[in-house]
Amino acid sequence: MSHPVAPATGGGRIRTPLPFPTAAKPAVADTQLRANLHRATRTIRAKRARVVDEVPDWEALRDAGSAIKADVQRRLPELLEQFEASVTAAGATVHWARDAAEACRIVVELTRATGADEVVKVKSMATQEIELNEALEAAGIAAYETDLAELIVQLGEDTPSHILVPAIHYNRAQIREIFERRMADAPSDLSDEPAALAEAARAHLRRRFLSARVAVSGANFAVADTGTLVVVESEGNGRMCLTLPETLISVVGVEKLLPTFTDLEVFLQLLPRSSTGERMNPYTSMWTGVTPGDGPQDVHVVLVDNGRSAVLADPVGRPALSCIRCSACLNVCPVYERAGGHAYGSVYPGPIGAILSPQLTGVADNASLPYASTLCGACYDVCPVKINIPEILVHLRQQAPHPPAERATMRVLSWVMRSPRRWAAALRLARAGAGPLGAYRERRTGARTLRRLPWPASAWTRSRDVPLPAPQTFREWWGKQ
Amino acid sequence: MRIALFITCVNDLAFPATGIAVTRILRRLGHTVDFPADQTCCGQMHANTGYRAEAMPMVRNYVDVFDSYDAIVAPSGSCTAMIRDQYPRLHAPATSVAARTYELSELLVDVLGVTDVGAEFPETVTYHPTCHGLRMLRLGDRPLTLLRQVRGIQLVELGDAEECCGFGGTFALKNPDVSTAMLTDKCARVRDTGARVLAAADNSCLAHIGGGLDRHRSGVRAVHYAEILAETGATS
Repeated sequence: MSHPVAPATGGGRIRTPLPFPTAAKPAVADTQLRANLHRATRTIRAKRARVVDEVPDWEALRDAGSAIKADVQRRLPELLEQFEASVTAAGATVHWARDAAEACRIVVELTRATGADEVVKVKSMATQEIELNEALEAAGIAAYETDLAELIVQLGEDTPSHILVPAIHYNRAQIREIFERRMADAPSDLSDEPAALAEAARAHLRRRFLSARVAVSGANFAVADTGTLVVVESEGNGRMCLTLPETLISVVGVEKLLPTFTDLEVFLQLLPRSSTGERMNPYTSMWTGVTPGDGPQDVHVVLVDNGRSAVLADPVGRPALSCIRCSACLNVCPVYERAGGHAYGSVYPGPIGAILSPQLTGVADNASLPYASTLCGACYDVCPVKINIPEILVHLRQQAPHPPAERATMRVLSWVMRSPRRWAAALRLARAGAGPLGAYRERRTGARTLRRLPWPASAWTRSRDVPLPAPQTFREWWGKQ
Repeated sequence: MRIALFITCVNDLAFPATGIAVTRILRRLGHTVDFPADQTCCGQMHANTGYRAEAMPMVRNYVDVFDSYDAIVAPSGSCTAMIRDQYPRLHAPATSVAARTYELSELLVDVLGVTDVGAEFPETVTYHPTCHGLRMLRLGDRPLTLLRQVRGIQLVELGDAEECCGFGGTFALKNPDVSTAMLTDKCARVRDTGARVLAAADNSCLAHIGGGLDRHRSGVRAVHYAEILAETGATS
């Protein structure tokens, strides 16, 4: 295969099948979903705020995290080669995947080579992105999610709706219902107490851990100078997967690199406080290739591009690759809270998804996502690596294909507003044209507002009255002074 | 000091009372205000909707019209944020005039050093900090500092005040369902306060929230906080 001139865009579950406003409509109307999201996002949001506020040098940590990631992006090819050399020297095998399909093919072949027909999985966004479970299933290999929330989503034959809490859209009654329906070994008297649900999942998963010969993981960080991979988790399922099976295959996006082991000092402070709102996460697993006689003896790393080089090529959009998948931006986003994760149609929902998915696929393939934001800026304020999400959203909107009628309207408005003379005339015309209507409405209703306008302005008046021009414009008042 | 008023396009056409209020406040404080007639629009709607090329003529016009003033005041957090945050990146010659452009509360508190503008407004008022003023300009409690000095005012705190109202410019039209869901929650928090007046620094957000409050005949009036600061209790 020859190298394409422009970096290729990515495949997998990163494209919206429906425009965001269309996909959001049923979500906004779903009473249960709204209640679940409202409670869950506000709970995590408050926890995060508490543990971040207690760190005196939080802003310095954010600056450091941002600077390290910017450095990685500047030196990515060099650092990737350094990582490959380090981890290879430590006994692992590195595989390079240009896109989702190639990454899936590599994992399927590696699994087949072991003779196994099942794998246990550590929660991983990269494998969700490349739709690995589907690829394994198509190859006759069963993939078992072992993170509790991923297990719920998998049993429910659903897709994740949050980066950190994939089953955030379910409450415990719904989870019990999924377990009763889909988990063959669930106790018959299962209650919806969180402890009972967790215990059922624990018993179910324990059998999988003990029989699995192959595990598939992602990685939160890949350290270039030592060849170390890092997985940060809460439940211990990851530790089981990373230590018990003979073969370990880790699928890692190329942007996950850190230059040195000491850089982890910054990120292991930023990540847990930003994601789960904990001072420290319960399990941090680090492994460097193969340790003879201890843990997996057949260790593979699949480094995935899948559109990341295209993101890297855009200096304004590039900081999206700094994301450490903490989900803080989702939890503070008022749009995410109402629309939920599925409306974004990608494994990456919320504000980060709105800038990452369109860049991975090319903006034309996810044209509605950069507009799925009010630009309120709450995401930028909480981002542990200071990704200026609103700035990148506005940047991507410039590349989005615009509806012809909107483009025509915007051009006419620009033509009017660029000329002081035309703008003054337009103001006079609008004021005079709407004058009689405004006076009539004021007599009838006491306010110069309208309740109903025809399409497309009906999008406004469906839920809001609209003000009419005032009896005199400001400049007319000024002129009379 | 030569102070110019940048009224903003929305205020000029639909909310002239806000511009009149700014003029009265500054004159009452003994300052002269200019209104350069060649001003048009800051270009925010175009730039933020993906029409940056179409916004550029407005950006250049702003520089031409306002560059000679010591201070430019705009009664809008989001238009001021457009100028201060985006202009220097869009058009290097705009850097200096952008730095001299202030939202009303910044001009009063930081530049003119005033917190009591001699206003009287005997009403129950709640204040919504609009997003661009809050998170781009970092207005902090400047508007509330000014409102607290108003005679007779009873300020009540808004719940979830820092959450976006769902306006977002063309977002309100492109994503009407999510926008309305956010609006409903904002209106509910406003009504929870029992205030009769909702104040904010942006008439565009206020047209959205006020439009929702009116639709439900809530009886709550949405006004730009400049109009409160302009009130002296005397019949004008």
